[in-house]
Amino acid sequence: MMDKYSLLQKIGIYTSIALFITFMLLPFVEMFIASLRPLTHLFSRPEVPVGETMSFVDFMSRFWSDKMSFQAYRDMWVTVPQLPRYIFNSVFLATAVTFISLCFVIPAAYAYARFSFKGKSVSLTLFLAVNMFTGAVLLIPLYKLLRMYGLLNTYWAMIIPGVAFLIPQGIWLLKTFLEKIPYELEEAAFVDGASRLYTLRRVILPLAVPGLIVVGIAIFIGAYAQQFLFAITFNQNRDYMPLPAGIFEFIGYQTVLWNEMMAASLVGVLPVLFIFLFMQKHLIAGLTSGAVKE
Amino acid sequence: MSNLIQMFKPKTKAQTTTLFAWALIAPAALVMFWVVVWPLYETFRLSFTNSTLGTLMGGAEYVGWENYEKAIGGRKFPSIVTRTFYWMFLSVGLKVVLGLIGATLLASNIRGRGIFRALVMPPWIVPIAIGCFGWLWLYNGHFGLLSNFAEMAGITDGPYSFLAYKQSAFYSAVVTDVWIGTPMVTLFFLAAMQGVPRDLYEAAYVDGASRWYRFRRITMPQIMPTVISMALLSAIWTFNSFEIIWILTEGGPRGATTTLIIDTFKTAIFSYKFGAGATRAVLVCLLLGVFSLIYLTVLGWVGKKYGYAGVQK
Repeated sequence: MMDKYSLLQKIGIYTSIALFITFMLLPFVEMFIASLRPLTHLFSRPEVPVGETMSFVDFMSRFWSDKMSFQAYRDMWVTVPQLPRYIFNSVFLATAVTFISLCFVIPAAYAYARFSFKGKSVSLTLFLAVNMFTGAVLLIPLYKLLRMYGLLNTYWAMIIPGVAFLIPQGIWLLKTFLEKIPYELEEAAFVDGASRLYTLRRVILPLAVPGLIVVGIAIFIGAYAQQFLFAITFNQNRDYMPLPAGIFEFIGYQTVLWNEMMAASLVGVLPVLFIFLFMQKHLIAGLTSGAVKE
Repeated sequence: MSNLIQMFKPKTKAQTTTLFAWALIAPAALVMFWVVVWPLYETFRLSFTNSTLGTLMGGAEYVGWENYEKAIGGRKFPSIVTRTFYWMFLSVGLKVVLGLIGATLLASNIRGRGIFRALVMPPWIVPIAIGCFGWLWLYNGHFGLLSNFAEMAGITDGPYSFLAYKQSAFYSAVVTDVWIGTPMVTLFFLAAMQGVPRDLYEAAYVDGASRWYRFRRITMPQIMPTVISMALLSAIWTFNSFEIIWILTEGGPRGATTTLIIDTFKTAIFSYKFGAGATRAVLVCLLLGVFSLIYLTVLGWVGKKYGYAGVQK
């Protein structure tokens, strides 16, 4: 009874949800439409006499033209020959960041989930405090650090800061997963004479696989999303540039190739969108399970 | 030597555990030290020097408080700080309100809510820079959807470039920031709402409490810890937000969207004034630190007065 809605309430809920989703998806829809329109159509405006408002028909004409095609999706590879390289770089960087981060996250999260020890809560708080100092504040010393090791203009210039700023969230997320694995299983392994490392490898890790996947995807999405700042600051080599920085090549001195730029953006989003589509159920459930108080 | 080793050898089981735990944490801690702690110290040190591109690796002179005097005494500094906080409060406020509305809608017992939940996520999944390219086109004065729509609806007289005027550029950047930040806030509020025990609602329902009353008196107090911690986290991120403003306006027009982070980036990376840039970075950290302290203290009070759990542990 409690969860039943009247017809009017139902209409209200669906309308509100529709509005909410429209706001969230509008830029993507508009990007897609722009990518289909030839540049001439994109840059044409209905003639509106001074003092009159644009008519509805004129307004709608921006959404449709006979010449709409997927041409931009072919031309973009010619305009920016490096495009495949940029997309590869984005995927490669995000993948590298994910795997390297996990190497640091897994042992630390295990320690926080399983043991009570001196300095536990203090160090955990310190890890989380890192969230306060995002990359933008630390750019100068990071620039110096990377230059000191000769890592500027390499993949490492984008991987190292990426890893560092994703470790704290990774630890926090994985910790909540590992805490749900019953301790008795480990005790049983101990009783049978297994070492701690053996237990971690053979008992805990297999059970933690779902959690690891969720944390891995969360890190991947974060790494894919945050490439821009490090890329424009620490890397000038076009061979290592990720897509968000490479897209700027569609902006010329004379004109901006909006249709190709939008096409390239949408294609560049596909890898992360695919991962999200396949995993969204686990991801949403996984990300939120840690946020709820027991 | 062997004495030294003897000294650190664990003697009790608790010590063994502590040692083992720290051995597991050490790699992550070292990375943090290398990429966050040392740079923080270095930023602080550089802020007292006149370091530039040529003297970054060494040789910069110590200039005392000069950078701070120049930065704080600068003509634009007060307006930049005010703008940064206004940007933060406005954006976070909107994200929390929209997040609450969105989460309530998505928590309602309707058909298709699984799909709706997934459809809300893209702004958060997609790289920030790419979402911003979409908004760049939306805000375009002659050919963008928003300007065209405003013309048709008679709101504006002729084309209107949203990013070309001081006021509209600022609020346009806020809208984009809200767009990017809302999905995550919504998701966590939704999770918190689903964690509220059902019997609370059932008891209230039996007693004849209205939906709105149940939201105000059960949902809100129950999810308050999540709201508070998300608001703080979101505030820190918004304060530090760089890409959105940079791609949309690069801090313009005429400084209308220049927040502290943009100012820091411009000074340090674009003009290679590393000393002066570091000073601004230190000021960012200080302001954020003070803000967080005040926020947490106020919450402590409110928590005592109204019996909230305070910040989520």
